[in-house]
Order: sequence, then C-alpha cells, then structure tokens
Amino acid sequence: MSSTVAIPVTEARRQFGVWPLTLLLLAGLAATALFAGARFGLVLAIGLGFGLVLEGLRFGFAGPWRAMIERRDPGGILAQLLSIALVAAVALPLLAGNPDELIGAQGRIGWAMVGGAFVFGAAMQVVLGCGSGTLVNAGSGNAVALVALPLFCVGSLLGSIHLNWWTELGALPPIVLSGGAGLGLTLAALAAVAVLVLARAAPGTRRIQRHHLLAAVLLAGLAIGNLVVAGQPWGVVYGLGLWAAKGAVALGADLSGSGFWAAPVNAATLSGSILTDYTSLTNIGMILGAAWIATRRAGSLDQPAPRLPLRGWVAAALSGLVLGYSSRLAFGCNVGALYSGIATGSLHGWVWFAAAFAGSILGLRLRPWAGMEAKR
Amino acid sequence: MTRRHIMFAACGLLAAMLALDLRASPPNPFDAPAVLALWSGAAPVGGFCGAPAFSGS
Repeated sequence: MSSTVAIPVTEARRQFGVWPLTLLLLAGLAATALFAGARFGLVLAIGLGFGLVLEGLRFGFAGPWRAMIERRDPGGILAQLLSIALVAAVALPLLAGNPDELIGAQGRIGWAMVGGAFVFGAAMQVVLGCGSGTLVNAGSGNAVALVALPLFCVGSLLGSIHLNWWTELGALPPIVLSGGAGLGLTLAALAAVAVLVLARAAPGTRRIQRHHLLAAVLLAGLAIGNLVVAGQPWGVVYGLGLWAAKGAVALGADLSGSGFWAAPVNAATLSGSILTDYTSLTNIGMILGAAWIATRRAGSLDQPAPRLPLRGWVAAALSGLVLGYSSRLAFGCNVGALYSGIATGSLHGWVWFAAAFAGSILGLRLRPWAGMEAKR
Repeated sequence: MTRRHIMFAACGLLAAMLALDLRASPPNPFDAPAVLALWSGAAPVGGFCGAPAFSGS
C-alpha cells in the first residue's frame, strides 16, 4: 500500500522539478544571447552540454582514477584518453592554422606547478571530485561538493594572488607540441599511456563501457565547440577564482595590487559581467546541466544527504580550499590542464597528469583519515 | 535534508551570484564579439586557467 502512494508522489516531485528547470534553462540561454551576446549564449549552451554529458553518462576524472588505483579497472581512464585524442586531432590543426584567433591551454612547468598538481590529485580523491566533478556533483545534489565549491572559489582566488610568488620559485616558459609533429607526438603519447594502463589492468576489465565511450565522443565534440566559439579551450578554475574575486571586490577588497588581477585580461574580466567570461559560463552550464539530469533521474533527489562526522565536513571544506589553491598554481585542474592542456599540445598537461596521479594515490589513503569513509 | 534541497541550494546560490553581478556589471550586447572566434579575425581575449601570471609581460 505504501509503495502505491510513494511512487506517484516521487514521480510528481520529479515532474515538478523538470519543467520549471527546463523553462528556466531555455530562458537563461535566450537572455544570455540577447543581453550579453550570441557567442556567450552559445558558450553557456556548450557548458550545459558538458553538465548533461558528465552527469547523464556518469563520466568523470576522480572516480576512474580511483578505479584504476584500487581495482586496476582502466575503462574510465581509457575513455578520458580517447576523448583527449579526439579533441587533439581537431584542435591542434585548428590552432596551427588559426594562431591569431585561437589559443591553447598553455601552462608553465615549474616547481609550484608540479606541487600544485600533486596536491590537487590528493585533494580530489578526498572529496571524490575534481574541478568539473565538484561543479557537476554540487548541481546534482551532492552535499560534500556544495560545501567544497565555495571554498574551491576562495582557494582559486588566493592561489591567483600568490601565483607570481610561487611561479618565481622556478618555471619554464610554456612548451607546446604544435602542428603535425605535435599532433603525432600527442597521439603517440596518449596511445603509450593507454598501453601502459591496459598492461596494468586486472583481467576482464580491459574495455570501455558503452556509456563512457559515448560520453568521450560527446565531450570531445563539446570541447572542440568551446575552442571554435570561445577561441580558447574548456577550463574551470579561472571562472571559480573570478567569482571569488568579484565577491571580494564587492565586499571592498582592492585587487589592483595583485599582479594577476592587474594584468589587462584579468582586470577586464574582473570589471566585466560574469556572463561574458567563458569559463564562468561553462561552469554555470555544468551545474545547471547536472541539476537538470538529476531532476530527470527518478528517486535520485529523494536520497538523504550523507551523514558524515564533523571532521568529514571539515575535510570537505579544506579540500575545496586546497583544490582551488593548488589548481591555480598548477595552471589548471583536470579540465584546463589535463584535458585541454594535453589536447592543445601543452607539455604542462602531461606533467600535471603524472603529478596528479601520484597525488591521487596519496589522497585515497587519506580518505578514511579525513572521515570520508571507513578506515581500511 | 535530501539531495533535492542541496540541488536547489546550489542553483539558488548561483542565481543570487548572477543577480548581484548583473546589478554591478551589466553586460552590453552592443560590445558582443562575433558568434564564433574561429574566422572572426579577432585575437582571443578571455581569461583562462593557464593565463600568464605576470601583469603587462
């Protein structure tokens, strides 16, 4: 008897959530295109696509790395490598042919960059959410991600303020694998990592699940679209730091003394509308796209929030802060440095990959001590 | 508290941030760039995660 009542109530709640959100999203896209510009509306739509794909097809970065480290299941990482390769195959020729209009995700390899990527890898395993994962998880009703996200923004702002100091510890200029040779090297290196991962895989796990395959292809299409429309690759961290910077300025802070925020491009985004910042738009799209999927998924939103000990919530908050700070020093997170960095030929993406993966191994050992799961 | 409350909280915080920002820095559609950066003839100008850390250099 109780089930015959509970099912319609759940369905009614689900329907209640879907339609207002759908109309709100369509209105938001139209308003952005109308009041900010068609390009910005298009970038927001691409961001929504990222959110729909990441949440709808359960594609992520932290989870697959955890699966590889703990269970030697390589499917998710292979899907990541495939997606990056697809983007590289299109993006590198586009960048070579249109250097005045498009720019890659370049970063500088240095001590702080390597350390930042290592710490990011550890922190993302503590909260089981990377840059994109934190946004998508927050949008889909994950309490840990919602606690981590505001501090991710604050951490990114603090990292940007300290970035010059950290970079002066020693950093190379950006090294970019470009043109046909760069594409060949990038694809060969991605294939080599895939072979390495397959060699380490547990028997019976050497395959990419169909939904991850589809997600890899769709994400690649969206990432190429982001490059073509915005002129720059898909990123996350910059937008989050910008949100905190805008908040700080609104509260009376003066960021003109910061080398980072005084740079012309950053000063312009700081004084402009969030609706004209590409990484902000895709970030907003990811949150809302994931929320839309969550409203469509029967029963998903009726689950209770997790019951963590106090130190679990403190760990989530601190991890958010660390994720933001470290990704700023590392010139990006799993999206801006790993995915877009490698796909647009930046050598720092490869260094980020190695350092963050090593950090992930440590992070998984820290999870029980942080109160995020039972001690093993 | 369920995931529904958390989802609405996330969307609500986002909406509040956008509303405050629109009030402080309204966008100007007449300054909008071409729809596509590719073939626009204009240099990319947005901030990015890998942006150089040095002002003016």
